[in-house]
Amino acid sequence: MHSSTAALAEQFDDLEQQHEASSLGMWVFLATEVMFFGGLFTAYIIFRNLYLPAFEAGSRLLDVRIGAFNTAVLLCSSLTMALAVRAAQLGKKGALITFLLLTLLLGLTFIGVKFALEWRHDYLEGLAPGVNWTFNGPDSRHLELFFCFYFFMTGVHALHMVIGVGVLTVLIIMAWRGEFSPQRYNTVEMSGLYWHFVDIIWIFLFPLLYLIGGRY
Amino acid sequence: MSGHVVPKKLYILVFAALIVLTGLTTGVAFINLGKWNTVVALAIAVCKATLVVLFFMHLRWSSNQLRMVVAASLLWLAILIVLTVSDVFTRNWTPVPSNWEAQIQQDVR
Amino acid sequence: MGTAVVEPAIESRVHYLNASYGIKSWLLTTDHKRIALLYLASITFFFFIGGSAAVLMRLNLIEPQGALLEPATYNKLFSMHGIIMVFLFMIPSIPAVLGNFLVPMMIGARDLAFPRLNLLSWYVFMVGGCFTLYAVIAGGVDTGWTFYTPLSTTYSNTNVISAALGVFIAGFSSILTGLNFIVTIHKMRAPGLTWFRLPLFIWAIYATSVIQILGTPVLAISIILVALERLIHVGVFDPAVGGDPILFQHLFWFYSHPAVYIMILPSMGVISELVTAFSKKRIFGYKFIAFSSVAIAAISFLVWGHHMFVAGQSVYAGIVFSALSFAVAIPSAIKVFNWTATLYKGSVSYQAPMLYAIGFIGLFTMGGLTGLFLATLAVDVHVHATYFVVGHFHYIMVGGAVMGYLGGIHYWWPKITGRLYPDGWARLAAAIIFIGFNLTFFPQYMLGYLGMPRRYAIYAPEFQVLNVMSSAGASVLGVGYLIPLVYLVWSMRYGPVAGPNPWGAKGLEWQTPSPPPTENFEETPIVTEEAYAYGTEETQVA
Repeated sequence: MHSSTAALAEQFDDLEQQHEASSLGMWVFLATEVMFFGGLFTAYIIFRNLYLPAFEAGSRLLDVRIGAFNTAVLLCSSLTMALAVRAAQLGKKGALITFLLLTLLLGLTFIGVKFALEWRHDYLEGLAPGVNWTFNGPDSRHLELFFCFYFFMTGVHALHMVIGVGVLTVLIIMAWRGEFSPQRYNTVEMSGLYWHFVDIIWIFLFPLLYLIGGRY
Repeated sequence: MSGHVVPKKLYILVFAALIVLTGLTTGVAFINLGKWNTVVALAIAVCKATLVVLFFMHLRWSSNQLRMVVAASLLWLAILIVLTVSDVFTRNWTPVPSNWEAQIQQDVR
Repeated sequence: MGTAVVEPAIESRVHYLNASYGIKSWLLTTDHKRIALLYLASITFFFFIGGSAAVLMRLNLIEPQGALLEPATYNKLFSMHGIIMVFLFMIPSIPAVLGNFLVPMMIGARDLAFPRLNLLSWYVFMVGGCFTLYAVIAGGVDTGWTFYTPLSTTYSNTNVISAALGVFIAGFSSILTGLNFIVTIHKMRAPGLTWFRLPLFIWAIYATSVIQILGTPVLAISIILVALERLIHVGVFDPAVGGDPILFQHLFWFYSHPAVYIMILPSMGVISELVTAFSKKRIFGYKFIAFSSVAIAAISFLVWGHHMFVAGQSVYAGIVFSALSFAVAIPSAIKVFNWTATLYKGSVSYQAPMLYAIGFIGLFTMGGLTGLFLATLAVDVHVHATYFVVGHFHYIMVGGAVMGYLGGIHYWWPKITGRLYPDGWARLAAAIIFIGFNLTFFPQYMLGYLGMPRRYAIYAPEFQVLNVMSSAGASVLGVGYLIPLVYLVWSMRYGPVAGPNPWGAKGLEWQTPSPPPTENFEETPIVTEEAYAYGTEETQVA
């Protein structure tokens, strides 16, 4: 019956301890996420170096404009998320809800573009490993490996975005109900950390998948 | 509860820098720098990530303890990548004898 | 019940066990002590399932041609034994049972930092366990607990995905527990409890939690990639299409080597507590032991390639990993020296927990030394994938970690239940376990050295004598493990009432009643003395 933004939780001595514990907890969780994605990045690095021509070809088959657009969308959403946390710190309920909503919309835009535009396009082009792979040019198996990594890495990232969208929805409802104040905005701040982290993953995915394919 | 409030202007400045860097990295992708394309792309990505971590995630105003957590995660990521990759890339430093296939045929007979 | 064992002292006082009744109060609890007991029940259950697999394996190995099982079935048994014992017993055992129960108490806190996350962690663990049990019931998995590719991804036709999913999910439980402990130990210590006044058990749990945080996510990725490849056959790990099976081994062992330190470090923490409590003497080299836990956690991440010396890994990587593997033995040795020095001129008593501790020190040392054999590249070429390896890790895991676990369970049993167990029976069981253990696993060193491969359902006839010895030992060991089950359960109802501090030990957990109240302490304690300050004041004996 008490959420972490309600009263001081029983196990803590004061609000400051509670806040510090939440921060440390979230950052430690993000450390686990770094290692989680790190395993994928390691595998990608190795295969890219083993099969460079195929991976570059695969990279060129991705639409850089959409990728760049999506990157900008996510960066925007990080801005609005940071501003949302700031609004919560200052007790500005209206601004908080507005910025959370904007972040949510930008997040949905990213997900929509990724699934409905990019993934759907690749699927229709026969570039979806395991589901619809019809490419029969040279080096097909290694190109398939690239697309496997592409779909898996962006898929795991998108899964994290979807979870983030869920968290944002809950935050908006909580903000609407007036549960946040300058003394209790922990949850918003921690969610912000998560959201920024997911943005950072994309900051690395974008160049590694889209930009180093020898597009010149 | 303590919490550093960051001026709006700073956020917007950081955001602008991030957009500029994104444009830069996208543009550079179309220029032939050979193997430096990858280096530049990653370097710009690191800059962007640093901006997000320091300013959006408030690490610039956070305790040393939290900075240690970030540093540790990056160090461990480096251990994973470096040691794994170093195996893959040093495997052919000890070359297999060039006639190994013939040798096996002979041994089997 | 008309006997002399009426305990109004316990019945009238409210404590964490009687504070609320009913199954909901247990399944929806956020009390770390109750969650510890939930874990105790679960892991004991899994221990006996994994143990049953071992019984069947050892029965089969009585005869060179296999006395009981088809090789395909045998393969499934050793796989399930490994998966269940590693992921569903060893990894959670001390952290989730003793750690959950003791960490808040040892630091003077009312609970962990995130009590609901703690409960979630148990549920996640149970879901992972269910997936694994489903894999068993659906016919098992035969890839070994190591899921090596391309067997697991391409060629095996057993329940790889459900077993892998079980492991994946259980891994998240491990991450959540580790996260909870790290935040708790950093942020919730009682006033005056500086880092260097902490019990060494806390240092051990802290180091373990760091490993869990940094390593388990990589296991998660390696497992998902196996499942993915099994589903869509893209060939990340299949050499026939340009994949790299050794990449799987890198990702797998990046976690799984530190995982073995997840399994041993908490046990070492228990031994530090036992050795000092039963020598009534301040531990020798407190800071060395504390730092050695951290050093083990750090170095453990740099040695994983020693599992892959003959897998096709680069020789140069092998050399680096070999050297680092020698390095990781050093902090472990430091601990053994310090424990021994603690015993010297101590007032040593030999109750069951101490017997387990002494057993640990001897058996762990042997297991650790054989680890150095395996770390030596040239020797490993000959003993890799033989029973020498099996002997090595069982000496550490069973002779070491499990004995530490049992010692800890006995030591803190009065605190957990408010009852004393019968020490005579406990000492008998400890002796039986020690004898059974050595009879089971010492012959395995010899078998491995003589060349018997591991994971084989049949073997060359000249190995039979040693195998029969090992199987005989296993039956003794099995009996030894069953005895505590009996008297510990018995003691919960009929054991003498324990006071707050039946051992006369130092530590905040002994300053509160047995069993403790839900909030652990009436008032937050203030710590003014160093850890293990024996001989500086009269210790309270209940």
